[in-house]
Amino acid sequence: MSDTPRARTLPIQSATFTNEINAEIRRAAETGIYDIRGGGAKRRVPHFDDLLFLGASISRYPLEGYRETCATNVTLGTRFAKKPIELDIPITIAGMSFGALSGPAKEALGRGATMAGTSTTTGDGGMTEEERGHSKLLVYQYLPSRYGMNPDDLRRADAIEIVVGQGAKPGGGGMLLGQKISDRVAEMRTLPKGIDQRSACRHPDWTGPDDLEIKILELREITGWEKPIYVKIGGTRPYFDTALSVKSGADVVVIDGMQGGTAATQDVFIEHVGLPTLACIRPAVQALQDLGMHRKVQLVVSGGIRTGADVAKALALGADAVSIGTAALVAIGDNDPKWEAEYQKLGTTAGAYDDWHEGLDPAGITTQDPVLAARLDPVEAGRKLRNYLKVMTLEAQTIARACGHNHLHNLEPEDLCALTMEAAAMARVPLAGTDWWPGKPGGGL
Amino acid sequence: MQTIDLADSDLRTLNATLQAAATGGGNQTAWEVLNPRGAHALAVGLDGPIEVTVRGSTGYYCAGMNKEATVHVTGSAGPGVAENMMSGTVVIEGDASQYAGATGRGGLLVIKGNASSRCGISMKGIDIVVHGNVGHMSAFMAQAGTLVVLGDAGEALGDSLYEARLFVRGSVKSLGTDCVEKEMRPEHLALLADLLERAGAPAAPEEFRRYGSARKLYTFDIDNVQEY
Repeated sequence: MSDTPRARTLPIQSATFTNEINAEIRRAAETGIYDIRGGGAKRRVPHFDDLLFLGASISRYPLEGYRETCATNVTLGTRFAKKPIELDIPITIAGMSFGALSGPAKEALGRGATMAGTSTTTGDGGMTEEERGHSKLLVYQYLPSRYGMNPDDLRRADAIEIVVGQGAKPGGGGMLLGQKISDRVAEMRTLPKGIDQRSACRHPDWTGPDDLEIKILELREITGWEKPIYVKIGGTRPYFDTALSVKSGADVVVIDGMQGGTAATQDVFIEHVGLPTLACIRPAVQALQDLGMHRKVQLVVSGGIRTGADVAKALALGADAVSIGTAALVAIGDNDPKWEAEYQKLGTTAGAYDDWHEGLDPAGITTQDPVLAARLDPVEAGRKLRNYLKVMTLEAQTIARACGHNHLHNLEPEDLCALTMEAAAMARVPLAGTDWWPGKPGGGL
Repeated sequence: MQTIDLADSDLRTLNATLQAAATGGGNQTAWEVLNPRGAHALAVGLDGPIEVTVRGSTGYYCAGMNKEATVHVTGSAGPGVAENMMSGTVVIEGDASQYAGATGRGGLLVIKGNASSRCGISMKGIDIVVHGNVGHMSAFMAQAGTLVVLGDAGEALGDSLYEARLFVRGSVKSLGTDCVEKEMRPEHLALLADLLERAGAPAAPEEFRRYGSARKLYTFDIDNVQEY
């Protein structure tokens, strides 16, 4: 008998039944409930990282980085509203509810947005004094649940956002589990304390664009036609949904791709329903152009915006502004490695923590626990958000100047190329080094 | 009484005039609206104790988000009448279309005819008294307040109900998920007596049955998965 070990096949992990998939199967079998989590799609999808700016050279010349102006302001709501919103920067804070977030977190968002010259947005659960008091410009969401909805808050808002859907769960309603239905949250939502709250997925008193047009009329009549009215849609059929929003009388269309976050919903919903943000922008812009409404009805894009480069790319593809949610939470302290020991106790790690619905957030942001919430200093967190927004704006300006533009809105698709076929097809910009993209009318070279 | 004739005036003028009268605190507290002809968003966003009589029928969202005002429609009302009402009183002499009183948070809505489907959907504190029948899915996800039906209720009454109280004098075609019949106690009879009187409804509290939430769906339970 030989002592030489027999040659053996190495263990091979399945690319289909990965460790993560198998763990989820075991978890489902153990608990009998789907996985609920916060955040947006974590899977890799074509995104702004798959685009590059071409920059100026001989055919175009750049602007001087620190001497020539590159403006960043944007006006939202110019179509019908008597009082459009004037923003210093084209980056807004997306809707996140009090309930999903703590009071200090909402205050921090308001403080940071105001210092940066932009707006913040309420969420499913009504308007709090913290956010109204600290937000110079506050957008009031009008959601299917109508939790806390009242005409007084409607009138003291600076704009109204009718939420039809969101990118994390287009076709789905909100969810806030019992751990976060505190006395205050329950009172604001007229719900029993501690229940697992499931919001409706459709508005209770209108269906379809014809009804929406009348609903918008009603809201304008209640608010004296002063407020810009946004319509927010989850990215699924961006051409038609944008066109129908315009037909219904929207001043602003907000389109949210699947990387956009949520406070809580089923993981299967987040990862398997909706379009990547990149795939939403050109069809939405096309709809506006076909209706002669591009730049007249403003387009706000959200879902996975992280850097000034992302901002510049979204604007180059035709958006008027972008909106951030997850990135804003990270800026004020969400998933900060300084809480790593506590993340470990929760069975996760910094950067991966997404059980926002459980209300145990070590950073004190996605919680209603007063002890945890007290960890967040809203003044300091607001300052961080201000800084982050300023950095994003400077980054976008840097790129725009390099492309020869004196306003971020002068960025255009011709400034871009794509690194992948998929991104080229979605963004309708040439594959790098070519003048071709899949689906380009008339073909390529 | 001041009169606004929509044959000669437009919606914006009407609502701006009524809203100013409601909040202005002046002496013009009684208003009459002629020729509504099914117009939408009539008398919306009122915020004060004025009385408005709409002579005819209205379109969508009449008296939407009403506060303190009394709005009386002599005809029928389109979808979403008194939606999200906060307080005050809205009376419809005829029938009401779907979503009557949707998400209402307070006040009293009286419908002297029938109400269509989803009457009181997501209601949050409003009291609704329907002299006739209500359609299917009425009081869907109703959170608080009281729905009183003197006639019959359609399919799936009170589906996914929270803490709203439902009283029906006639038949109920079917109850929605998590909605059950409950015992009628003295406090419920007293509540009904008060509402029926305020709504001018010719019925005795003892003639009604009470329905409410079984509260089995308040927290997710895999053993109730067939109900979701």
